[in-house]
Amino acid sequence: MNLTLIDYGTGNLFSVRRALEVCGANIRVIHHPNEAKNSDRLVVPGVGAFGSCITELHRLHFNDAIKEHIATDRPFLGICVGMQMLMTTSYEFGQHSGLNLIPGTVQEIPNRTDSGEVRKRPHIGWTSLSEGQPWSNTILSQTTKDDRFYFVHSFSVVPDNPAHILALTDYDGHEIVAAVKKDNIFGTQFHPEKSGPAGLAILKQFLSL
Amino acid sequence: MRLIPCLDIRDGRVVKGTNFVGIRDAGDPVELARFYDTEGADELVFLDITASHEGRPAVIDLAEKVAREVFIPFTVGGGLQTVEDIRAALLVGADKVSLNSAAVARPELVRESAEMFGAQCVVVAIDAKQCGESWNAFVHGGRKDTGRDVIEWAQEVVKLGAGEILLTSMDGDGTRAGYDLDLTRAVSEAVDVPVIASGGAGHAGHMVDAVREGRADAVLLAGILHDGVARISDLKSEMAAAGLRIRSTNRS
Repeated sequence: MNLTLIDYGTGNLFSVRRALEVCGANIRVIHHPNEAKNSDRLVVPGVGAFGSCITELHRLHFNDAIKEHIATDRPFLGICVGMQMLMTTSYEFGQHSGLNLIPGTVQEIPNRTDSGEVRKRPHIGWTSLSEGQPWSNTILSQTTKDDRFYFVHSFSVVPDNPAHILALTDYDGHEIVAAVKKDNIFGTQFHPEKSGPAGLAILKQFLSL
Repeated sequence: MRLIPCLDIRDGRVVKGTNFVGIRDAGDPVELARFYDTEGADELVFLDITASHEGRPAVIDLAEKVAREVFIPFTVGGGLQTVEDIRAALLVGADKVSLNSAAVARPELVRESAEMFGAQCVVVAIDAKQCGESWNAFVHGGRKDTGRDVIEWAQEVVKLGAGEILLTSMDGDGTRAGYDLDLTRAVSEAVDVPVIASGGAGHAGHMVDAVREGRADAVLLAGILHDGVARISDLKSEMAAAGLRIRSTNRS
């Protein structure tokens, strides 16, 4: 089983790589789309702004490689912006087209709560997950409702089809999509590579799908 | 609500903190980081106080060592002067960088790094000291008064793109008499990004106050942890008992 990690200059590549390594993955870090062929697992990390990430992904021609991998029905994982890029459109600093692999948008977390209080952004912190679609046979099959995961973001995904929501979390009364799943495509808004043992358990689960 | 131990590093060694049970080398930043991780720390901060040399800041090498072993988020600061320094720290696994004197010397550094790497990884550290009715920001380890009002400086760096403020009360630092709640609240209400309260923690009650009254989003701890006066797991239990939403200690 080989796992391919796409290097398009994103900041958290090293951390994701280390976390997957301790989970026992046999990792190839690739810099060219041709190298993505015949991967058993494909992982796209990502931090920072959507616009610069998707621009780099296109500039390096990884977009088609990702789509080709997904078409093989082999598991795919996008982390944070790596997940957001799966959506159709992002509204972070303007409007950007995503890969449109999961129909939906990337929207700003509202800066006011329902009662009018300031909701600080970025959302930084550890929160637990609640179930969207059932977690059995997914990356969350070992996850419990007590596990907490590390989030750091100001934008979050809103899939058009609620059936693509795998997990939700709450930030100050605002419901955030924490994980998505469509067929063999998985994505997490939180950072499993920075979420301690609970996060590593998710990566291990991804490896054993 | 996050609980964040802070480690001061000089020449690759933890400066304070020796009174631990079950730690072989409390001076080793990675060993200590691992310990705090298992204790339930939500994040870690490493501030390198090694005198700046020319070339690559020492904290970048430290970041790489930590990132190999520890799987919770961490921030590094100390000696990061340029966008290239920041990029190097992030590429070896740091989640955030903390800018203090460098941001005062050249505020555009905050904007440039936030635009390049995202606001979420740019923490601006402010050392605040009471001057009459308000607080001034100090730099160079608290030795130099910038003459800037802390509230205005906090608002300015947030406008430039800082994603978080690490706010240290120099008056409270080391006293263990509690965080400066007036200062913390004043800054927290003046900006729309998270504020980490720092300086003065003596027990869990102080941390609860920092959140409830000071409106802090996170609390930084140093002395009481390093001296073995308190343990993260106990502090967290007490904070949870007081009704704060907090991640319980890591399962192993």
